[in-house]
Parts: sequence; C-alpha cells; structure tokens
Amino acid sequence: MVKNPRGVAYVLIFIILLFIPRLLSIHDLMLFEYGLTFAIVGLGFNLLLGYTGLLSFGHGAYFAAGAYTVAMIARYFPRAYSLEILIPAALLFSLILSIIFGFLCVRHTKIFFSILTLSLSMLLFALLFKLYHLTGGSDGLRVPLPTLLGISFKGIRRPEFLSGTYYYFLLVLFAISCVIMRGIVSSPFGKALQAIRDNEVRAELIGIRVRRYRLYAFIISGMFVGLGGALWSFVNGHVTADLSHWVFSGEIVYMTLLGGFGILEGPIIGAILFTYLKLYAMGNTQYWMFVIGATLIVLVLLLPNGVAGAIASLLAKMKRKTVKGTPC
Amino acid sequence: MWVIYTLNGLYFAALLFLISLGLNIILGVMGILNLAHGALYAIGAFIAAWVIIAIGMNVPPFLLYVTLLSGLVLAGIVGFLMEKSLIRFMYKRTLEYQLLLTFGALLLLEDVIKMIWGGQALYASAPFELLGKVDILGHVYPIYFLFVMFITFLAGLFIWFFMGRTKLGIMLRAISLDREMATGLGLDIGRLSTFAFVLGSGLAGLAGALVVPTTPALLGIGMDPLILAFIVVVVGGLGSLKGALVGALLVGFTRSFGIAIFPEIELPLLFLIAGIILVVKPQGLFGR
Repeated sequence: MVKNPRGVAYVLIFIILLFIPRLLSIHDLMLFEYGLTFAIVGLGFNLLLGYTGLLSFGHGAYFAAGAYTVAMIARYFPRAYSLEILIPAALLFSLILSIIFGFLCVRHTKIFFSILTLSLSMLLFALLFKLYHLTGGSDGLRVPLPTLLGISFKGIRRPEFLSGTYYYFLLVLFAISCVIMRGIVSSPFGKALQAIRDNEVRAELIGIRVRRYRLYAFIISGMFVGLGGALWSFVNGHVTADLSHWVFSGEIVYMTLLGGFGILEGPIIGAILFTYLKLYAMGNTQYWMFVIGATLIVLVLLLPNGVAGAIASLLAKMKRKTVKGTPC
Repeated sequence: MWVIYTLNGLYFAALLFLISLGLNIILGVMGILNLAHGALYAIGAFIAAWVIIAIGMNVPPFLLYVTLLSGLVLAGIVGFLMEKSLIRFMYKRTLEYQLLLTFGALLLLEDVIKMIWGGQALYASAPFELLGKVDILGHVYPIYFLFVMFITFLAGLFIWFFMGRTKLGIMLRAISLDREMATGLGLDIGRLSTFAFVLGSGLAGLAGALVVPTTPALLGIGMDPLILAFIVVVVGGLGSLKGALVGALLVGFTRSFGIAIFPEIELPLLFLIAGIILVVKPQGLFGR
C-alpha cells in the first residue's frame, strides 16, 4: 500500500497539468488559466469563509488591488514591468489594503462584517471609477505583456504567450499557493482559526487572541486574492473598476460555495467549474445572470456543501459500506 | 445655493430612508440581510414607469400619482412569493447561506426584469413635470421632490405608529428581540415573518416608484441605492428606526453637499465618514 495516496494523487494531477497546453485548444487553455487564477482566489477566500467563519462580500477589492498594481506599473513605471517585480508588488499592495480594511472589518462578525467588507470594496470601486486621470475610470487600463527575468516577449502575440511560458509560471504559483495554504490550515495557527470559527468564546478562554487572529486570516486571505488578481490581469489583458464592485465579490463567494467551502480543494474545483459555467451561460443566453442566480439558489437549497462536499460525502458513504462488509 | 443643497439633501435622505426602512424591518424581524432588496426597488421603478406610460396623459392628474402605488403592490407581491418559496427555508440556516440565497435571488430578478421589459430605459417623467416648480427663498425648486419628501414622511409616520402602537407591530418587535421567547408565547412566527418581508419589499417598491418620474428606469437601477442603504443601516445601527432616519439624513446631506463641492470624491467621502463613525462606534449610532 502507498503510504500517502492523497499526496501521490496530487503529484499525478500536477504532472497531468504540465501537459495541459498540448491537450487543450488555445481557447480552452485560456479558460483554464482563468480558472486557475480564480482557484488561487478561492483558496485565499476560503481561509476566511471556510476556516475562520467570516463571510466577506468585498474580496473583489483585493483582487482589484492586485490587478490594478500590475496595470498601474505598466502605465507609470514601464521600466519595472517584469513579472519578478510585479508579483511581489501586487502582494505588497494587497497586503497594505487588507491591513487597512481588515483592521476596520474584524472588529465585527456576521452580517456586520459582510456589510462592512462590501462597503469598503465599494469605496475602492468609487475611487477607481471616479479618478479618471489616474485609473482610466470606466475605460479601465490595458495590461501589456510583461517580461520575465529579462526575457522580453515583444512580437509574441498574447495567446502564444499564455500557452507557453505564462502557463507554467501560473501553474508553479498555483502549486506553491496550494502547498502554502495546506500548510497554513494544518498549522497551529490554522487550527486556532477553526477553533474561533466553531466557538469564539471558548477559543478566547483558552488564550487565543481572537481579533488578532481574525486580522491575520484576513490579511493572508487578501494577499492570496491579490495574487490571483495580478495573475488574472495578464490573462485578461485589461482591468476595469468592476473588479472591485460587490457583484464581482459575489461571484467569488459563489465559486467557493459551488466547490464547497468545507474542504480545502473545494474552491479550486468551484473556480474551474464556475469559469466554464459562466462562459457557457454567457455564450448561450443573454440571461446568464438568471442561470447563475438559479444555480446558486439550487446549490443553497439542495447542495449546501458544494460539489466537492457532495463527492466527499459520497466517497465516505462508499467507504463505510466496504468497511461494514469486512469483519473487524 | 445652500437652500437648494439642503433641499436636495433632504430629498436624497427621504428616498434612502424609505429603502433602508424596508431593509431594516426585514433585518430586524427575520435576521436576514436581503441583497435582493435592490431588485425589489428596481421592480417598483419598472412597473410604475410602465403603468404611467401605459395610461398616458388622458387621466385626471391625481390618478397619475395613485399609479405610483403600483410599485408598492407589485414589489409586495414579489416579496410574498419570494418569502413563501425561498426565504422560508432559510431561517434555520447559517448567515452565509442566507446571504447567498438573496444574492441568487437578486441576480435572478434582475434578469427577470430584463426578460419582461427588455433592455431599454423606460421614461415616465409626467408626474414630475405636471407638478411644476415653486419659488423657495428666491430659488426655483421642483414640487415633485417636496411631494416625495411628504410621502416619505407619511410612510415613516405610519411605520413608527405601526411598530410602536399596534398589536401587530409589537408582535414583530417581540420577534426581533427574542425569537425563541416569541415562539414560546405562541406567536405565529411563520405568518409574521411573511408579513414583515412583504412590508419591507413593498417599501422598496414604493421608493423605486417614487424615483422613476425623476430618472428613467434602467437595468441595474437598484444597485447603487442598495449600497447606500447598507451604509445607512450600518451607520445608524442594525434594526433601529431612529438610526435609519439619522443615517439617511447623514448620507443624504453628504451626497448633496459632496456633489456640489467636491464632485470627484463625493462617494469616497461618504465611505470615509461612515468608516470614521464605525471606528468610534462599532455598533452604529443607535445600535444595540
């Protein structure tokens, strides 16, 4: 028997992912890359929702922070426009923003927390939208192709860039994010967050500094989402203020729920499913909001643990059956 | 010009008060933050515009103002159906699911509006133009805005009386204070919740209908007022009528003077003020 079947499965999946550019058409690959960036977003978001029990309706703000960092550097400091500077810069700005917003928000929980995160993200939306001279207002900003370690991609078209170097760059960052997030949730810090989620008073009584831990979770979550936003901006090639609008934040919540927020892998599955679902709905009907809204209602009523949750409970059921069959 | 700014501030505040009143009642009685409130507001706006366009100018003018009630009625009906079919199952669920369900309902209703009335804007300015303008301290001001303030005043008075003095209102307040105890005393929670939801939805629809003579009914018309109503509720304190009034006045005046003095940062300024209030008083001005 293999000692760690889960780990082996992940390595296998990673190896398969390495060959994806050869398997998918350019169009499907681009969709898959959208899915991967949202998977990073979902991972970060889930640290707050699934593990700390705080529902933010304003995580679009950190997504926008990451994406706009990239676009603003492209516009104002074109000489620094290379991936090895852009990614740390995006992380830094989403860190700063989530410290400021997080400080205000973690004083509250439940509905108050949700409304407050929502309002603050709309503050950023209003700034991005109104300060036309700085941010391009409703037109948004263009995101050109960056350089990587001094290699320039001039003369290469975006699809080629995305299916070549960039895919592997994205994949490596995705894998690193998964490993880090797995480390966080199984560390004592992660366990403390789960204790806060399950019983705030008890957690406080055993000496966990509840508010401070919530703030840490908020900041880490914001940085993951900011990273996702920065990586997304290269795939999309264009950023607009809508990224900070609360409806976009709602989509982040939606994909996390779709996958299931009880499980670490849930948001990853949800993000990739959501990308395909949204495109399918938008391509086939002008009423895509109807489709998204209706599936959301069905999910809440019938599949509250999301797709991954449903699969997991199905597997658990099957396991129990086989265990029952063998005498112990 | 400060007369006009003050009046505009009052007008904004009146509309916001109506919207956040409905939001607050639903939040207080049922503990559910209804994100679909913006869609109910939009429904009120669209139906009122549609009715006004349909009946045209060939009716006695006062009837034109009665048609604005169509927003209240239709939004109330939609609220009733929503509560019976969806919200009903959410009382025992956790906050995440409640919010997500109303978010789903918001997206769904927005597209239903698009299906029924199409994508284009509906213009129905007749009630606005018919009332004409009045001279206030040497400034010309549309009478319709005063009419909106008056209606809001009546609605606020009604809700205040209803919640404070009638048996039904006292039962609703009992539920919002302690749901379990209210059940124990034999109140029919299911029915009262339906009633509260319909009342809140109707108020949102009325606000939408009142707005439509001044701006065309557009898709997504309810999104911005919804966010402002959230700020009103947060700043004023959850479930407090007094808070909703003070919050609405604060937001209304900030908007009106903000637009006049610093148009670029009017909205950020609003959020800034709300943020400062929440740092100083995390529960809101009149929160429990």
